[in-house]
Amino acid sequence: MISRIIALVIKEFLALLKDPKSRFVIIGPPVAQLIVFGYAATYDLTHVPYAIYNESPCAEARALAARFRGSTNFSEVARITRDGQIAPLIDNRKVLLVVHIGPRFGRDLQQRADARVQIILDGRDSNTALLAMGYVRKIVNDFNLKWATQHGLPRPFARLVVRSWFNPNLLSRWFIVPGIVGLLTLVVTMLVTALSVAREREQGTFDQLLVTPYRPWEILIAKAVPGFAIGMLEATLIILVAIFWFQVPLMGSLPALYTGLFLFLLSGIGVGLMISSLSVTQQQGLLGAFMFLVPAIILSGFATPILNMPPIVQKITLVNPMRYFMVIVRGVFLEGTPFHLLVSQFWPLAVIGIAALAVAAWLFRRRLY
Amino acid sequence: MAPAAAGDVCTDRVVSDRAVLTFRSIRRSFRSGKRCVEALKDISLRLLPGKVTGLIGPDGSGKTTLMRTAAGLLPPDSGQGRVLGMDIVRHAPAVQAAVGYMPQRFGLYEDLTVQENLDLYADLQGVPGKLRPERYRELMHMTGLEAFGRRPAGRLSGGMKQKLGLACTLVHPPPLLLLDEPTVGVDPVSRRELWQIVDRFVREEGTTVLLSTAYLDEAERCSEVILLYDGELLGQGPPAGFCDHLEGRTFVMRVPGMHPRDLQAKLAALPAVNDAVIHGDGVRLLLAPQMSAAADKLLPGVVAELQAVPPRFEDGFVALLNQRRRQANRPPVVLQPVSGARETGGKSDGHAIEVRDVQRRFGNFFAVKKVNFFVKTGEVFGLLGANGAGKTTTFRMLCGLLPPSAGKLYVAGVDVRRTAAAARAKIGYMSQKFSLYGSLSVAQNLQFFSSAYGLKGRRRSERIAWAFQEFELAPVADAVSATLPLGYKQRLALACALMHQPDILFLDEPTSGVDPLARREFWQRINLLAARQVTVMVTTHFMEEAEYCDRLAIMVAGEILALGTPSAVKRRARSDGCRKPTMEDAFIHVIQSREMRPGI
Repeated sequence: MISRIIALVIKEFLALLKDPKSRFVIIGPPVAQLIVFGYAATYDLTHVPYAIYNESPCAEARALAARFRGSTNFSEVARITRDGQIAPLIDNRKVLLVVHIGPRFGRDLQQRADARVQIILDGRDSNTALLAMGYVRKIVNDFNLKWATQHGLPRPFARLVVRSWFNPNLLSRWFIVPGIVGLLTLVVTMLVTALSVAREREQGTFDQLLVTPYRPWEILIAKAVPGFAIGMLEATLIILVAIFWFQVPLMGSLPALYTGLFLFLLSGIGVGLMISSLSVTQQQGLLGAFMFLVPAIILSGFATPILNMPPIVQKITLVNPMRYFMVIVRGVFLEGTPFHLLVSQFWPLAVIGIAALAVAAWLFRRRLY
Repeated sequence: MAPAAAGDVCTDRVVSDRAVLTFRSIRRSFRSGKRCVEALKDISLRLLPGKVTGLIGPDGSGKTTLMRTAAGLLPPDSGQGRVLGMDIVRHAPAVQAAVGYMPQRFGLYEDLTVQENLDLYADLQGVPGKLRPERYRELMHMTGLEAFGRRPAGRLSGGMKQKLGLACTLVHPPPLLLLDEPTVGVDPVSRRELWQIVDRFVREEGTTVLLSTAYLDEAERCSEVILLYDGELLGQGPPAGFCDHLEGRTFVMRVPGMHPRDLQAKLAALPAVNDAVIHGDGVRLLLAPQMSAAADKLLPGVVAELQAVPPRFEDGFVALLNQRRRQANRPPVVLQPVSGARETGGKSDGHAIEVRDVQRRFGNFFAVKKVNFFVKTGEVFGLLGANGAGKTTTFRMLCGLLPPSAGKLYVAGVDVRRTAAAARAKIGYMSQKFSLYGSLSVAQNLQFFSSAYGLKGRRRSERIAWAFQEFELAPVADAVSATLPLGYKQRLALACALMHQPDILFLDEPTSGVDPLARREFWQRINLLAARQVTVMVTTHFMEEAEYCDRLAIMVAGEILALGTPSAVKRRARSDGCRKPTMEDAFIHVIQSREMRPGI
C-alpha cells in the first residue's frame, strides 16, 4: 500500500513539474513577491533628495551641511545660491526639501542668539514629509548637542533617549521580510493544492485515477504531499534569502520556526484541498484560492496591525491561520522567542489545520461523483 | 469509375467561376509547442453545386480545419480558395457572412428557449420580420420541434439540440451550408431526420452542402465523397466509385457451431483475405483480388455457409488504407491468432456483471431507470445508445465512480456499493477521451498505473515489459504522451487498463473517431482478450461496432429496450417492408415501438 501511495506521489510531482503552467506557479509568484516586498515595499526613507542653500561662509554652517551630506537618509542633488532657485526645484519634485542656512547663522551661534535654519518641505505627500522632517530634526539635535558639549553650554534639561528593541535602527525590512515567508508559502501551497484535482478533472484523468483501487484518502494524501514539500522548500529558500541576502537577524531557534511552518502548511493544504474538491475547472480553483488568499493576507497583520482593526474584524482574524504564523515567524526572527512561549500560537494553528483537512476529506468523498 | 486521385482534381476539370467552392493546393499547419502539425497537405477540390458532398475521415484527419478554412474563418498558409466567387483570404468577412456554418458544438444558448434561440439567430442574420413567421413554421415543422417552442435549449435531448442548431443555421437559407459532424453521437432516428432536413433543403432550395462525418455508412447518402486521411485527400468522387471495383470480392461467411470470433481470427490470418470483420453471427470478408473463385475453399474441411454481399464504402476505405500501408512499406499488423478452439459454455457460466433494478437519479431527472441485465464471464457485451441515453451513467456506476440511487450491482462477484475499491482492483477501464497523464512520458504512465494497481517487484517489471512488447510502445517509451498520434494513445490507454490483468474490461466508446484499420486492430486485441475469458463491456454509438459483440443492450432514455445477440435484436425488426434489417433499422424499430407504447 505504501508503494502505491509513493507511486501516486511521484506521479503528482511529475505532473506538476512537467507542466509549464504549474511550473510557473511555483517559480513566478515567489520571485516577483520577493522582489516587490524585499525592495519596493518599505516604510523607510533613504536618499531623500534635497538642496542646500548656504549663505553663511562660516565653519559652523559647513559642519551642519556636512551632517546632511553624511547621512544615508539624504542625498544632496543641488547647491543653490539664490531665493529664486528654490521654487522650481520643489515644484518639479527635483528635491523633497531645501535646507536654507541664513547669512547670520554662524554669528548668531557665536553670540548665543537663536541661530535659525530654515527647512522648506514639499508637503504634497504629507506622510513622506513628516518622515523626512523627523530625520532633519535628529540631525539638528545631534548638531546642537555637539555644539553644547564643545562650548561648555548647559544641555537641555529633559532629553529623550530612544532605544528600539529588536530592531535598533527601525528598519522596516526587518519587519516585512520575515512576513514574506508566511505570505509566499501560503500562496504557493494554495495554488499547488487548489489546482491539482481540478487539473485532473479538466484533463479527464480523474476518472481513470478513480477506477484504480486507490481509496479517496490515499488520493488525498498524495495530493497533499507535493504542496507540503514545495511549501517547505520555498519557505526554506526564503528564510535563507532573508538571512543572507536581506541580512535580517535570526535570533530564535529553527525547530520553533519549522514547527510553526509545519502546522501552518497543514492548514494551508487543508484549505487548498477544500477548494480543490469543490472546483470543477482550474479557473474555479484559482478564483477560490484568491478568494481565500486576499482576506487571509489582509487580516493577518502582515502589513497593518491587527490591533488597528475594529473589534469584530479582530475576532474574525482568530480563524486565519496566517495570523498565528505571522506572530511565530516575527517572534522567532526578531525576538528569539523560545518554543514554549509559542505554544499559544501552535495549538490554534493545529486545530485549524486538522479541521480544514477533515472538511477537505469529507468534501472530497462527497464530491467524487 | 475509380475516384480521382488527389492531385489531378483541378487539372482535369476547368475551374469555372460559378463553382460554389474550389480549393487549389491549400496547406495549413498548426504549431503546438515545438511540434508542427500539418492539418491540410496540398488539398485541391471542388464541390458539386446543389448536391450533398460528404467529408469523411477519422478524427485528426483535418476535417474541421477544412471546414473552417471554407467558412473563411481560418486563412490557409498557402494555396487559393474561392467560395461563392469570393477569395477566402481577401474577402473573408464576406465569405463568413454568405455561408452557413454549423460547428461541432453549435452555439445554442442553453438558457434561452427554442423560440428565443431562433429569434436570436434570425436577428444576427438579419432576416426581415415579415418573412419570419412563415420561415419559423417551416423549420419547426421540419425539425419536429413545434411542441417544444418554450422549452429551454439546455433541456433538449442531444438529437433535438442538433436539429435546433441546424434550424438556426437555416433561418436565413445560405447558398452553401457547411455542417461539421452534425450526426455524431445522435440517435439513429434523429440522424435520419437530420438527413431528411438536409436533403429537403438541397432539393427545394438548391443549397450546396458539405457535411463532415466519422460514420462511414453515411457516405452512401452523399452525392459525392471527399475522403481525408492524415491531412491528405485520399480521393474524391461518388461513393460507389470507392467500392465498385471491389464487386465480387465481398462475402459473409457463417460456420454453424463456430463462434464468429474464432472464425474471424482464422480468416484474418489467411493471405487471401484482405479484411475480415465480425458481422452478427458471421464474418464479413473482403478477399484479395482474383481470389473470389476460391472463396468456398478458404477453410478446408469446414462446412461454411457463404453468401455474396455488395461491397460498401468502408471496404473501399480499408482497401485504400491497406494500399497506402504497403506503399509506405509498413507491414500490416498481425496479432497472434487464438490458439485452440474456444471453450463454449464449460466453466464460463458464471456472471461477471450483474445489474439488478438499478436506478440513478440526478435531482428530478432519472438518467437510468430500473435497469436489469447480466454479463457472462468471457462475453463481449455492448451497450448501444445515443449520447444522453444513460450508457455512461450505467458505466460509471459499474466502475464504482457513481453510487446508484437504488438497486444492486455486482462486478466480479463483489457488491460495488459496499467494497468499491476491491471491485476496482478487478476491472480495467478505458474511456473514449485520452485520459492518461499527457505531460508524462509513455514509460512513466505505464510505471504509474502498474503501481496504482499494486504491482510490485518482478511482476511489475514483467508487466511493463509485456506492455512495451505487446503494444509496440518501445519506440515511443520516452515520448510525452500528449504528443503521440491517436493510434498510439489508444494503445497506451489499453496497455494501462490491462496492466493488472483484470477479469473485466470496461471500454467507453473506445474507437470513436479512429480510422477503420486502427479500429480493426483494436478489436483484434479485444477478441484475443475475450478468448482468454476476460469479460469485456463496451459502450458505443457506432451501429457497426455493435455487430462485434456477443450480446448487446439498446439503451434509450435510461431504459434498456432490447437485449440479446446482434442477430436476435435485428430479427425483431424484421417486417415485410424490411427483410434484412440492419442494426440501425433495429435501433429505430426499438425507439418507434417505445413511442407507440401506451402511457408515453
